[in-house]
Amino acid sequence: MEAIAVKRRYRARGLGKRRTREAIEFYIMIGPWVLGFVVLTLGPMLYSLFLSFTDFDLFHAPRWVGLGNFRYLFFQPHPLSPFWKSLAVTTYFTFFAVPVGIISSLIIAMLLNAKIRGRALYRTLFYLPSLTPSVANALLWIWILNSRWGLANAVLRSVGLPELRWLTDPKLAIPSLVLMGLWGAGGNTAVIFLAGLQGVPSHLYEAAEIDGANWWQRIWSVTLPMISPTIFFNLILGIIGSFQVFTSAFLMTDGGPEYATYFLVLYIYEEAFKKLQLGRGSAIAWILFIILLFFTLLQFWLSRRWVYYEGEAPR
Amino acid sequence: MRANTGRRYPVLGMSATRALVNALLYTVITAWAVVAMVPMIWTLSSSLKDTAHVFSLRVEWIPRPALWSNYQELFVRLPFVRYVANTMIIVVSNVVSSVLMGSIAAFAFARLRAPGKSFFFYLVISTMLLPSQVTLIPRYVIYNWLKMVDTYWPLIIPGWLGGGAFEIFLFRQFFLSLPLELDDAARIDGCSTWRIYLDIIMPLAKPVIATLAIFNFIWAWSDLFGPLIYLNTMDKFTLPLGLATLRLNAEKSSRWELVMCGAVVSMIPPLVIFFLGQNYFVQGIALSGIKG
Repeated sequence: MEAIAVKRRYRARGLGKRRTREAIEFYIMIGPWVLGFVVLTLGPMLYSLFLSFTDFDLFHAPRWVGLGNFRYLFFQPHPLSPFWKSLAVTTYFTFFAVPVGIISSLIIAMLLNAKIRGRALYRTLFYLPSLTPSVANALLWIWILNSRWGLANAVLRSVGLPELRWLTDPKLAIPSLVLMGLWGAGGNTAVIFLAGLQGVPSHLYEAAEIDGANWWQRIWSVTLPMISPTIFFNLILGIIGSFQVFTSAFLMTDGGPEYATYFLVLYIYEEAFKKLQLGRGSAIAWILFIILLFFTLLQFWLSRRWVYYEGEAPR
Repeated sequence: MRANTGRRYPVLGMSATRALVNALLYTVITAWAVVAMVPMIWTLSSSLKDTAHVFSLRVEWIPRPALWSNYQELFVRLPFVRYVANTMIIVVSNVVSSVLMGSIAAFAFARLRAPGKSFFFYLVISTMLLPSQVTLIPRYVIYNWLKMVDTYWPLIIPGWLGGGAFEIFLFRQFFLSLPLELDDAARIDGCSTWRIYLDIIMPLAKPVIATLAIFNFIWAWSDLFGPLIYLNTMDKFTLPLGLATLRLNAEKSSRWELVMCGAVVSMIPPLVIFFLGQNYFVQGIALSGIKG
């Protein structure tokens, strides 16, 4: 009896020892990440929050200015407040580019998901532009959209349409960037959609067909509800991405013409690294962060109402 | 390109409407694919022209003469060999670090028991939603304070400290799908945790390793923002930064064909990597897409 009890206690202790060792190994293995999180994420976040209340130029100690930076950003005298302008530009671009991108990528994905020959080849062709590095992407579109020598205007000329000042007309600059983004990122979104579409069980379509549903009803009542998690995912990705546009505006238009492409991140870059207004730059970065957090939470909240997750019990 | 529905709908038979729909489908998708290819072909074509033909109102798809010497000029007269080599330093470091550090952390999350595990995992996930701009300025201040501005350290260190939330997430997802009996059996045979990681789990994780290596290659190869902020000396520039600089100079010197050469050079490695690892690639995007 006693022997068994001792043995059991011994085993329990052995197990406990193993558990402890496992926990120690766990923390050793995630140690580098935790260090990185503290040093490169949490610490900098708090520091940047602090900096957003200061006037800081990198060479002198940060000087506390309270809400000064935010007051400067929000209540800057008109006519041109770069902050409101950049916020307006970024929002306009987002509300333009994200829906257009999602709808066109979804159409491409549906075409690719149809039973067509050479699907792998088409998929590759649509995907290739997404592999173009952002700088090369910007350069080749500067060249194509050049109002004098560009291919885009040559095409318009050849069919007798008036030429456009794609990147130099303030009204056209954002639509041009949307077009370019469609080319550059559309393939990526389409591949994610394609994976979602391929996950829709075919018996649902068969059932719909037996019920006499036409193609539009099949899309509306089967496809869209079934891929709503993917739509939701692409929506979040799209919004976060378009609020962080930088390279195209930096290289193609330099924020112009007339601040038409003065995106938020370009504004942060100019304040922080050109004018060395690191305090003000931090303030803008925090505003950007809060906007993105708001959108993400809003979408999570919305997704509970209209996204269908298979196998998930209603709560 | 002939529509062939009869074979796939043997019961329904081939109807004229279906053939029409299919013909339309092929037309739309082919036209769309051509439009997607045109910018790349135009870039390649422009890169082989001489200056007079680049700035021409006539659209010439096949450059005559085709000046391959433009590329020679890019690499010999301009420091593009240097830029490519510099970029590769950062690329190799980031590929290795993200796979290694990401998989180690993910192994711990997927296969070890410890108090506080889920807390740390939520922390990892939450960093995926954090825009990099929030930490941008303080990181710069820190690296400046450490005298690391104008070195590659700011572009290399983050990979070695944890390897990124996306990598951890993807590896963990895969590790969770492997049976835990593998670990138990190995432990009974006297394997240490590190042996299990190295000899049992990692050899099974080749698809994920390939996927993440490909992604990280392309990200590091394409990154402009990091090098733009941290590198000041021309000798240290990466390819994207060198190209961006070339664009600013081309405006003065009007050598657009060279800019286009640079664009082509920067486009090739991602394409090669893509064709080598196409299956992993599509899998990876799908995986990250569905599970996101």
